[in-house]
Amino acid sequence: MKRLTSDFRDALAVAFFALLVFGPFLGQHLDTDENYQLYLHPTPGLLAIAVAICFAGRLLMLQWHNFRPATPVHVTNAMAKSGKFIAPALLVFAVVMPFLPGVPNAYIDLGVLIMTYMMLGWGLNIVVGLAGLLDLGYVAFYAVGAYSFGLLATNFGLGFWECLPLAGILAAAWGIFLGFPVLRLRGDYLAIVTLAFGEIIRLVITNWSSLTGGPNGITQIPHPTLFGLKFSMAGGPGTFAGFFGITPHPYQRTMFLYFIILGLALLTNWVTLRLRKQPLGRAWEALREDEIACRSLGINVRNTKLTAFAIGAMFGGFAGCFFATRDGFISPDSFTFIESATVLAIVVLGGSGSQLGVVLASCVMIGVPAMLQSLQIYRMLIFGLALVVIMVVRPRGFISTRQPTVSLGKAKAIGADLIAEGRG
Amino acid sequence: MTILSVADLTMRFGGLTAVNNVNFIAERGHITAIIGPNGAGKTTLFNCITGFYKPSDGSVTVAHGEKSLRLDKLPGHAIAKKGRVARTFQNIRLFGGMTALENLLVAQHNKLQASTGLGVLGILGLGGYRAAERQAMELAKHWLHLTDLYDRADDPAGALPYGAQRRLEIARAMCTDPVLLCLDEPAAGLNPRESSALNDLLLKIRDEGTSLLLIEHDMGVVMKISDHIVVLDHGQKIADGTPAQIRADPTVIAAYLGEGDDDDPDAPIAEPAR
Repeated sequence: MKRLTSDFRDALAVAFFALLVFGPFLGQHLDTDENYQLYLHPTPGLLAIAVAICFAGRLLMLQWHNFRPATPVHVTNAMAKSGKFIAPALLVFAVVMPFLPGVPNAYIDLGVLIMTYMMLGWGLNIVVGLAGLLDLGYVAFYAVGAYSFGLLATNFGLGFWECLPLAGILAAAWGIFLGFPVLRLRGDYLAIVTLAFGEIIRLVITNWSSLTGGPNGITQIPHPTLFGLKFSMAGGPGTFAGFFGITPHPYQRTMFLYFIILGLALLTNWVTLRLRKQPLGRAWEALREDEIACRSLGINVRNTKLTAFAIGAMFGGFAGCFFATRDGFISPDSFTFIESATVLAIVVLGGSGSQLGVVLASCVMIGVPAMLQSLQIYRMLIFGLALVVIMVVRPRGFISTRQPTVSLGKAKAIGADLIAEGRG
Repeated sequence: MTILSVADLTMRFGGLTAVNNVNFIAERGHITAIIGPNGAGKTTLFNCITGFYKPSDGSVTVAHGEKSLRLDKLPGHAIAKKGRVARTFQNIRLFGGMTALENLLVAQHNKLQASTGLGVLGILGLGGYRAAERQAMELAKHWLHLTDLYDRADDPAGALPYGAQRRLEIARAMCTDPVLLCLDEPAAGLNPRESSALNDLLLKIRDEGTSLLLIEHDMGVVMKISDHIVVLDHGQKIADGTPAQIRADPTVIAAYLGEGDDDDPDAPIAEPAR
């Protein structure tokens, strides 16, 4: 009873603040009268609804917190076990999806977008999730990859497949180059400097007009070819449709792009999963847990951090290269801070260090807003609300447990409470 | 034969001299203990030896057969890698979110990483990596057995009881294959039974050929297992000898009882930096 009273008081306080916040813009409506004079007329009904929702929502949330049973061990274990089935099921779905009859081209396009972010998420997961280095400037490597391809293609006439490894290598080189100055920084300071690096790269691209085309970007970046076969709407010899004697159709190219990004994303995932079970991956995780202990065990902390930056950046570069070839056009506008924030949100929402978490989170972060298009202005409101609810319900992300990389007996998932978050 | 020699070691923090001109030698195959009242400079000395501080003056040399290596000249991680000097921490520093077994494999990082061919062969599962990993697992199992942690190998290190964490930290340090193991208060917080099990473990480590250097408050542990004791007070060495000699030494007794000292006996001497 006492608890209920205090909850009630808490909810009242929330309602009061809701009144303050919503009052100025929900409580009154700006309108024009017949003489086109502006006037305010109060809308207490709307304000009352908003305040009531906040009050009830807070009360319900507190009740739920009070009565929420602690997740029992067998439930967590069952979840970890079901994870083993979810991953292959998702993979099969990803491969089959474009061939399902009646799937509109737009869905395949959305799949391409989701998987691009999935790949970025997996790349950043190495830096943030495994090595525990909070990187807010990941978009820099995405931009380096995209511009490497764009510039190599337009200046030297190279195609997508030749440029893909080059873009990865260049991005990795920048990862090391940018990694050096931040080696000594930790936590918030590391985050700020990486954030600045992301902005520096974007500003250099914007202002170095003679090389990068400045704000106009680079156009006419070639699309990828299948062993030299182009995907062109004109058909004819040397094109995919002409070679196989079928009618050219836009979905052929979309599908091709879909499988390229699926392949690239799976490569990222496979390399990360393998590395996690290797000395290097274990050293990253150990670094996240305790840097000083790592040093006492003879692990070269500098090199280990740099490899995390470099390998994470490399996959960002691959994704950037793909982004450039998909759109055929890149400009600095595509590489703003919001991209870094989205990718970081995917990693955090999925649960730092979890590969499957990144998949689920990128579906939520990219797929949900796209699916909600029809809701128009309420889209972002609902999306934002959904994110808040998810983080309240699962504060360490969708998949917060960690699977050991090696075990003598049966591997048991490790709870989030024991896992350090790192942050440099 | 000498394994570690500390010569004229001085460590100053601004105007505070925490360790003042300390000389001592640790013998190979011995357990050498550093004791002293609180604030005597034990942990500072220890951090200088294990590379966590750069000494202001003096040298720390570890002998590898004929060759010797200046630890104070090595970068932090090379102390364990090249110098083969491992350490544990007073406030345990395990990788809490990793299992006990994983902790022991991380300790063998350098050996394993060398077998992965810059990581590429390891990813592809080629080369000598598999053999190296099997070997690493055997070593890890060996130490899990010795520290009585075999049954808890798959449990996260952070969930182990305190005594088990202490033992795991020692096992982890031993997995780096050191010639000298430095322990910072290994018996702190252990009950008498765990403490005596620790004695047995340390003696076993010594008998397997690793020399030990330890800081300890627990006189029961120190007097029982040490071959050689160095006593520090106010940053200076005041005595050096076998347990029997130390027990009879009047300066040591005075330091511990605070005789002839008007001010706080625990405070290190403050003197202006040179």
